[in-house]
Amino acid sequence: MNYLDIVQILDSTIRLATPLLFACLAGLFSERAGVFDIGLEGKILISAFFSAAVAAMTGSVWLGLMAGILASVVFSGIHGLAAITFRGDQLISGVAINFLAAGLTVLIAQDWFAQGGRTPTLAGGARFATIDLPFADALAGVPFLGPLYSEAISGHSILVYAGLLTVPLTWYILFRTRFGLRLRAVGENPGAVDTAGVSVTRLRYSAVLICGVLCGLSGAYLATGLAASFTQNMSAGRGYIALAALIFAKWRPWHALGACLLFGLLQAVSNRYSSIDLGIIEIPNAFVLALPYILTVVILAGFVGKAVPPRAGGEPYVKER
Amino acid sequence: MEKLPRWADIALIPLINLALALIVSGIVLAFIGQNPFEALAIMVEGAVGSTYGWGYTLYYATNFIFTGLAVAIAFQAKLFNIGGEGQATLGSLGVALVCLALPWPHWSVALPVAIVGGALFGAAWAAIPAYLQAKRGSHIVITTIMFNFIASALLVYLLIGALKAPGMAPESSRFPDGSHLPTARDMFAVIGVDFARTPLNLSFLVALAAGFGLWLLLWRTRLGYEIRAFGHSQTAAIYAGINPVRITMIAMLISGALAGMMALNAVMGEQERLLQDNVQGAGFVGIAVALMGRSHPVGVFLAAILFGALYQGGAELEFETSVPREMVVVIQALVILFTGALDGMVRSPLERTFLRFGRRKPAPEIAAE
Repeated sequence: MNYLDIVQILDSTIRLATPLLFACLAGLFSERAGVFDIGLEGKILISAFFSAAVAAMTGSVWLGLMAGILASVVFSGIHGLAAITFRGDQLISGVAINFLAAGLTVLIAQDWFAQGGRTPTLAGGARFATIDLPFADALAGVPFLGPLYSEAISGHSILVYAGLLTVPLTWYILFRTRFGLRLRAVGENPGAVDTAGVSVTRLRYSAVLICGVLCGLSGAYLATGLAASFTQNMSAGRGYIALAALIFAKWRPWHALGACLLFGLLQAVSNRYSSIDLGIIEIPNAFVLALPYILTVVILAGFVGKAVPPRAGGEPYVKER
Repeated sequence: MEKLPRWADIALIPLINLALALIVSGIVLAFIGQNPFEALAIMVEGAVGSTYGWGYTLYYATNFIFTGLAVAIAFQAKLFNIGGEGQATLGSLGVALVCLALPWPHWSVALPVAIVGGALFGAAWAAIPAYLQAKRGSHIVITTIMFNFIASALLVYLLIGALKAPGMAPESSRFPDGSHLPTARDMFAVIGVDFARTPLNLSFLVALAAGFGLWLLLWRTRLGYEIRAFGHSQTAAIYAGINPVRITMIAMLISGALAGMMALNAVMGEQERLLQDNVQGAGFVGIAVALMGRSHPVGVFLAAILFGALYQGGAELEFETSVPREMVVVIQALVILFTGALDGMVRSPLERTFLRFGRRKPAPEIAAE
């Protein structure tokens, strides 16, 4: 493995980490406000479909993005209705949302495009173009840092950079604004927030809607940036990996970035090598792919640090009379 | 809180929820340009209109009885086991290892050992999340999800490695003929009835026995009482001297064992070799089945038949129209949504209605809580 291989792996790490990152931050907002969301997967999927479908029909990736976000927000609304208004079981609602997306996407894709549950291949303005950062070409020749800059850092779609910017933005919103303070409080002790005269329902709905927007970005990037069409079940467990990353990051934005990059790296490595020869032992590909899940269980078990979720997470809030 | 009459709670609400799910499914069908009533007719005819239809319906139902019971016993102890998929995957490994281990002389010898194999492997896969929940407070939903993925990675690894049969496909060798379970066709032939050639096999009876056994356990033994008490109120149960670690472990082990036994039907009864994806979502269908069946074995049985019919009907629908099989997934999602998550949407208006019209004597005005 030479230096150029490493640069290429880093390049795909960043691309593969982006959908995870959006979804992870989506879960961060929702769960910090006390609404568990295992429906991330479904929202990514429904957004991936609608963004690809609308982009294919209109030729505009931006309209596709809007459609993807809208679809994901609608699903978030269903989750909010079940979890907040009707005080249903948040986990069951998430499971239902995942199924709903898995079924609906294929159903509608078949009806609209009749291509076996996929959308036509996107090209030109229907995809997110890559952006070359300034001086990428000029610096490519510089030893060591040149290829790193021009290959791995430059030349991604705008959503990749948006994803990276979302991290400090999330941190700022959660930890430096009044809205963020209340949002975190509602996930820890909704009763106290209620007593202070702030609407728990409204805060939780805002968090769930932000979650929908971010999942929408994740799905849109998946179908129109990373890939060039929607294919059946293309989210492929990313929503669950994002959930794993969220636990790994212990519900903190900067750590979420780290966790998503790590899981993106694992995916990039396993895509590239069928197995990894460490000299003494050979690590099978299946193990590398399962590693995020294994790591998450280890973290959850509290063997390496303890992941403590927001205290009121998963509990519907019942206002006292 | 006002109580609904028992019949409303166990029959009326699920039926209303089911009706809502079907109405929305009909709207979805209409949206993609299909006549919902025609589609329903095709599905019903396909599922129960012939011995062929019944064979497939009950074959699917067998899978769902196992996974539904698995989710149900965990629900009884207020544990949400979302890992039926992974436990069934490991169960398939256990059943396959048993079947491949010996040149079995007859299925009646192989079946009991295979039951133990599937149950043991399934239970073992549930044991780790159960232990982590009981001892270290790791959220069982998240750990069981993670274990689903780890299980599928493990199976893929074994099927391209140690268990791989010669040839290209990642699958195990065929099981010996002596582990072949009698099919419904074989059994009906004995009494002279010509039953269509379907995968329905003896495991259906094993599933019924498992359901009866679970009912006995839950409502006729001390342990069952403890499990239900624990599910009802953990604090009260602990105060009454019920050991939470023990109940969590036992409930999850039984749950995993039941999920693992699904492989008797799918792997031993039908495929007769180990494939990469032999669970095919049945672990998740179990959630819908348990929710619809109110976590009671009889309810699970009825809901499993319903979902079996839905799956078989969906296959027929795909065959006869352009509606893909995923329609069933949509219906299933809506059933889970309405019966599981949006239950309160139906329940509270209904409670108010019953309060207004149902009782002759006024509800007692005690501020109970």
